[in-house]
Amino acid sequence: MRKKKVSRSWVPSLLMAVGVFVVIWLLKTIGLLSMRWYLILQMAAITTISALGLNLIYGFNGQFSLGHIGFYAIGAYASALITKDLSAKWSGTQVGGLSWIMAGQLGVLATLILANKLKMGPRLKALRKRIGGELAPYESGTITALAGILMLVVVLAAGVVVAVVTHWVFFALFSGLVSILPKAVEQPIIFFVALLNGGTLAALVSYLVGLPLLRLGSDYFGIATLGFAIMVYTALQSGDLVIPTMKGARGMVGIPHWTNWGWAFGALVLSLFVIRNLVYSSYGRAFLSVREDEVAARAMGVDVAQMKTMAFTFGGFFAGVAGGLYAHWSGFLHPSSFNMIRGFDPLIMIVFGGLGSMTGTLVGSMTIVIGLELLRNVLPSGFEDWRFVIYAILLLMIMLLRQQGLLGTNEWGWLKAPLPPERDIPVPTQAAVEGEEGA
Amino acid sequence: MRQSSKMLLRIIAWLTLAALGVGILIGLVGLVRVQGLTYFLQALVDGLRLGFVYALIALGYTLVYGIVRLINFAHGDVFMVGAFTSFYAITQYGWGFVPAILLAMIVCTLLNVVIERVAYKPLRSAPRIAALITAIGVSFFLEYFTALKWVFGADYYTYKQPFEVQVWNIGGVLISNITVIIIAVTLFLLFSLQYIISRTKMGRAMRACSFDKPAARLMGINVDGIISATFAVGAALAGAGGVLYAIAFPQIWTFMGVMPGLKAFIAAVLGGIGSVPGAFVGSLLMGEIDVLVVSFLPMGSRLRDLFAFFVLIIVFLVKPTGIFGEPQVEKV
Repeated sequence: MRKKKVSRSWVPSLLMAVGVFVVIWLLKTIGLLSMRWYLILQMAAITTISALGLNLIYGFNGQFSLGHIGFYAIGAYASALITKDLSAKWSGTQVGGLSWIMAGQLGVLATLILANKLKMGPRLKALRKRIGGELAPYESGTITALAGILMLVVVLAAGVVVAVVTHWVFFALFSGLVSILPKAVEQPIIFFVALLNGGTLAALVSYLVGLPLLRLGSDYFGIATLGFAIMVYTALQSGDLVIPTMKGARGMVGIPHWTNWGWAFGALVLSLFVIRNLVYSSYGRAFLSVREDEVAARAMGVDVAQMKTMAFTFGGFFAGVAGGLYAHWSGFLHPSSFNMIRGFDPLIMIVFGGLGSMTGTLVGSMTIVIGLELLRNVLPSGFEDWRFVIYAILLLMIMLLRQQGLLGTNEWGWLKAPLPPERDIPVPTQAAVEGEEGA
Repeated sequence: MRQSSKMLLRIIAWLTLAALGVGILIGLVGLVRVQGLTYFLQALVDGLRLGFVYALIALGYTLVYGIVRLINFAHGDVFMVGAFTSFYAITQYGWGFVPAILLAMIVCTLLNVVIERVAYKPLRSAPRIAALITAIGVSFFLEYFTALKWVFGADYYTYKQPFEVQVWNIGGVLISNITVIIIAVTLFLLFSLQYIISRTKMGRAMRACSFDKPAARLMGINVDGIISATFAVGAALAGAGGVLYAIAFPQIWTFMGVMPGLKAFIAAVLGGIGSVPGAFVGSLLMGEIDVLVVSFLPMGSRLRDLFAFFVLIIVFLVKPTGIFGEPQVEKV
């Protein structure tokens, strides 16, 4: 039997993406698209990336997170620190910020890997068990805590060493790059690295946050992550105490305006590509099984804790990348852009579009961002304040009348699930099935 | 294990614990001595005042969570509506304190019952998160709708106290009659609530519903009615809390309910959500933590929210059931 084509064609979807990109670009070039709408479209793409990350966490993995804006903020500030360094040299040199941020991440990673390799958790548990029988519980607890702190100090020291050493490596590498390359080449490279760093830093933080918090149940996890977002917001307000150029509650200025339609749309397409392939991989199926029923997933051999952490980390990564794009879109960062009320935005978008649907997120966030701006034009003067009232009513209507959102879990085009592979299993024809029922 | 090594371990453990205890003691004494004892006592009194207001909000959270397992995000905004209602009653119509607080309680009750009927009841059988998102939507709606020009307006208003403020100086610690009134009103409402829950037929029905809704329905209890009643009671307490909060901190605006609402929720979790005495004790602790952080930590006013959520996360991780909560068994 001749093998049939097993996967859906990705060509029409790609053509459509290229078409949208070119049309917007052309409209801008010939001047039909005003600067305001050009910027709004970029913002819509950026918001969609962040919402896609949350959809991975809540829509596909079922972990109700209200802290997405915190990761967005971390990505924004981290990448802004990196690119601002290039012109403003706030760290003294052009690439000091970049090499410290990268080295810091490596240091944390080294600490985590070392702690894992030394089997810190199991060892401490074993120690506690061994001395627990002989000593009173608080005594054995104290000894275990002491041992834990000692091990932690050793592991952390190793991490710091790694960070300092790699800092010099990165510093040499990037200062070399900056001095050799012409400015036109250097800028996109640094921007790309900055966005990637914003993403990885956010992912690292979400891993560290998710490790303890993901054990909590659904709504408790939501509140705890909301707490995390508020903690990030408060910390950013006092950020100038650590890094003066962050300027705390006065807002960070002087970030280069590097985000354009190409970067925003390109990042969106790339994110969709990665998330789509992740969702339809074996990991993606494990994510879904955790969402549907944790106990059943565990019974089928899915490592529930690992899957939750993984989805949460990936979601944080996309929030961080989106945050980086946002920072270079606005050129100005203020903690109040990342407060609690803004934090509900991505949630509302994915609920509106349909939980567990990438197309839904795309449609939902585009509709909401563009719709909110359209309302500015449509509403008569004096009624601008109604925008958020309408927004709230919309959310309520969706939840009460169409809980699955606009699209439910449907997907369009290449975002649909791939067809199952051909396995030469005889499929009964319609006639055969009917004949059997008749008999 | 050999006897000597056991002794050694014990000595190490005890030394560590003793060092920790002495360290905490020295820290506390140092903290008190930095600003003087009066300052410390003043902070405790202020914390008590804040804690009693939190208690009124936290009770609403805990009651509603106990019965429908819903974190009612809009509760903080109901609290805000209570403050605004009494504001208009007092400044525009010259009402006294008691009628104003009663009016605020009635308005909040009606509002919350309507919210429950419109927004939460259709989602009774939906997953818990769906109702939580709806609650966020209701909260948004109340905040932005009341911020419209012809409702309350988006400005800050200064709240006029409905009675003469008196301040007594007791050994350097200032206690105003506001504190006394807040404590008296809260205790009165708390005991009334305790009476309703433990002595009346409705209270018994509430407890039955929180224990097992299907069984309660089989016993002939009108479960929907009881849920509405729970929302009503919670809102009445929040309305009173709104008035008292505005009297103690006389600046109101339509987003004023967000942070006190969240803090009160944290207090309810700290005490053990679903438990009435737990909410009360948790609120007192939360109020003290809030005021002590502001008074004693450098940049405390910036750090207070960070600290509150830090407490929440610690409680979640160490003892999710709180101080008075009973462990919940997740059913498969």
